[in-house]
Amino acid sequence: MANNYTKGIAGIWEEEHLILKAARKTREAGFTKFEAISAYPVHGMEEACGIKRSWIPYVTFTAGCVGLLAGLALTYWTSAVDWAVNVGGKPFFSLPAFIPIMFELTILFAALCSVGALFYACKIPRIDPPSIDPDLSSHKFAIFIPHNDIGYDETKIERMFKELGATEVKKTEY
Amino acid sequence: MMKRSPLVLGNKTLKDVTDDICAPVERFPSKGWVGMFLGAKTLLLFYIAILASVVGVGIGLLGVNSPVFWGTMIVTFVFWIGIGHAGTLISAVLFLFRQKWRTSVARTAEAMTVFAVMTAGLFPLLHTGRPWLDYWLFPYPNQRGPLWVNFRSPLLWDVFAVSTYATVSMVFWYIGLVPDFATIKDRAKNKLRRTVYGALSLGWRGTAKNWSHYEMVYLILAGLSTPLVLSVHTIVSFDFAVSNLPGWHTTIFPPYFVAGAIFSGFAMVVTLMTLVRIGFPEFKNYVTLDHMEVMNKIIMTTGMLVGYAYASEFFIAWYSGNQYERFVFVNRAFGPYGWSYWVMVSCNVLIPQLFWFKSMRRSIPVMFVVSIFVNIGMWFERFVITVTSLHRDFLPSSWGMYAWSWFDTGVLVGSFGMFLTLFLLYLRLFPAVSIAEVKPVLHVGYDEKGGHH
Repeated sequence: MANNYTKGIAGIWEEEHLILKAARKTREAGFTKFEAISAYPVHGMEEACGIKRSWIPYVTFTAGCVGLLAGLALTYWTSAVDWAVNVGGKPFFSLPAFIPIMFELTILFAALCSVGALFYACKIPRIDPPSIDPDLSSHKFAIFIPHNDIGYDETKIERMFKELGATEVKKTEY
Repeated sequence: MMKRSPLVLGNKTLKDVTDDICAPVERFPSKGWVGMFLGAKTLLLFYIAILASVVGVGIGLLGVNSPVFWGTMIVTFVFWIGIGHAGTLISAVLFLFRQKWRTSVARTAEAMTVFAVMTAGLFPLLHTGRPWLDYWLFPYPNQRGPLWVNFRSPLLWDVFAVSTYATVSMVFWYIGLVPDFATIKDRAKNKLRRTVYGALSLGWRGTAKNWSHYEMVYLILAGLSTPLVLSVHTIVSFDFAVSNLPGWHTTIFPPYFVAGAIFSGFAMVVTLMTLVRIGFPEFKNYVTLDHMEVMNKIIMTTGMLVGYAYASEFFIAWYSGNQYERFVFVNRAFGPYGWSYWVMVSCNVLIPQLFWFKSMRRSIPVMFVVSIFVNIGMWFERFVITVTSLHRDFLPSSWGMYAWSWFDTGVLVGSFGMFLTLFLLYLRLFPAVSIAEVKPVLHVGYDEKGGHH
C-alpha cells in the first residue's frame, strides 16, 4: 500500500485563522492538489480551498428511492403474488399496511448508501496511512502539497509557508 | 442582544479539549469505576442466568397467563426502546435545529441509544418463547414452500422499525466517533492501542475534502434519523393502537408514545450525565449546569405532554360513549391496578413540575432524583397500558390478574445490568464527548478577550 502515497511538503500551523489564510494563499499560488488537514471541520475552509459541494446527497436520494421501491416490491410480491393469504379479509395488496415497511427501507438504504459513499469519497477504510504530525488530530493544522502539483518547487513553497506563519515545514509522504 | 452562556467552561484551548476528553480513556480506571463495573457485571451475569432459565424452562416462568399475554417482556421492551429516543433526538433533531449545546452530550446520549436498543431488542425475541426460531420474523426465501411473513401485521412493522433504528443509530454513532478514534490513535503510547484505535478510526485523515463529505453525511444521517426516531415509537404504538382492545385502540397513541419516549430518554440522559460528572470531574467543564438545565426543561415540557395525553385519553373514553372504553379507563385509575396508575401520574406529571423552579432545575441532587422517578414512572406507564387493558376487557368471565413472578423482577432488574455494563465499558474505551464537535463551539459565549459576554 505504501506506494499509494505521494511525496511532498507540508507546513504546520497552530492557529485556525492562520491555516485559513494559508489555504487561501496556497490556492491563489496556483496549487490544485493540496490538502488542508485539521482535527475538526474548520469554518470557511471549503471556500478557502475551493472545494465543491459534496456529491453524496445524490447518492442518498437515489438510494432512498431504490429503498422505497424495494419495500414496495417486497411487500407486493410476497403478499399479493407469491403467497397470497387472506388475513382478516384485508386486500392482498394492502398498501397502507405496507407503508411502514417502505418507509423503513427508504431510510435504511439511504443511510447505509450515504455512509458507503462517504467511505468511497474519503478512501477509507485504509490501513495506517502516513501521518504528518500526530498533533494534527488534536490542535495543529497542516497544508500538504504533493510533488506532482503544478509549480511544485520545494524552496519556494517552504518560503511561502514560513511567510504565512507556519511553525514547522517538513518534507513528508502523505 | 441576548447573552450567551459559554458552552465549554474554563477557557479551554484546543489541546486542553483533547487532553481532557481523552483522559478517561487513557488513564488507569478509578476505584469508583471498577466498583460500579463489578456491580453492573454481576447484575449482567444474574440477568444471563435468568434469561437462560426463561429460555430453557419456558416462558411460563414469567407471569404471563390468560388473559394477560403481554407482560414484563413487552413492557420492558417499550420502556428501553423509549429510553433510546433521547439519544437520537439530541444528536439528530437538535443538530438540524443548530442547537450547539448538544455537542457535549450528544455522544453519550447516542451511546445510550445504542445500548438501550440492544437491551430492548432482546425482549420481543425472548417473548416469542422460542427464540431459536426468531429468524422466522425476517422475510427470507425459505425451504418451507412460499412461506412469507405477514406484512399487514404491526408486529412485523416493529421488526423492520427496530432493526432499522438499531442499524442507523449505530452507524450514526460510529461515524461521529471516527475522527475521535483517530485522535486517540495519534496519542497512543503503545502498539496495541495504536493498532486497535487505528483500525477503529478506519485510517481517517481529516483533510478539508474529507471533512466536507463528512459534514454532509452527518447532516444527511441527522436528517434521516429524525423521521426515523419519530416513526419507531409510532410503530411501537401501532402494536397496541391497531388492535380493537379498549384502552389500546386510541389515535393519540403515536404522538403520546413519542412524547413519552423523549421524556424517559431525557430522564435517562440526566441520570447518566449526573453520574458521569461525578465519575469524571473533568467533564464538568463540557457538560455544564446549563446543559443539564436545558435537558430538565425538556423533561418538564414532555412531562406535561404525557400528562395531556393521559387526560385526553380519559376525556375521549368518556366522550366516545363506548361503555367498554369508559370502563377500562375507570378501571385503570380505580381498579385493582389503580396503584400503578397513580405511581405513573405522580412520577411523570407531578414530580417534574419541580422544574418550574430554577433552583431545582439547576440542582444536581434534585435532578438526579427526579430523573429516577421519571424512569420509574415511564416504566409504569407501559405497565399500565399493557396490563390494565388486558386484564379486564369485554367479558367479565375472562377477567384475571397478572401473575407477576420473581423471574419478572429478575428480567427487569437484570436488563439494567446489561445496559450499565455496556455503558460503563463505553465510558472507559470511547471518548465520551465528541472532540471534533466541541472544538468548533469552543468560543461560543466568550468575547474576543476570552471573557464572558
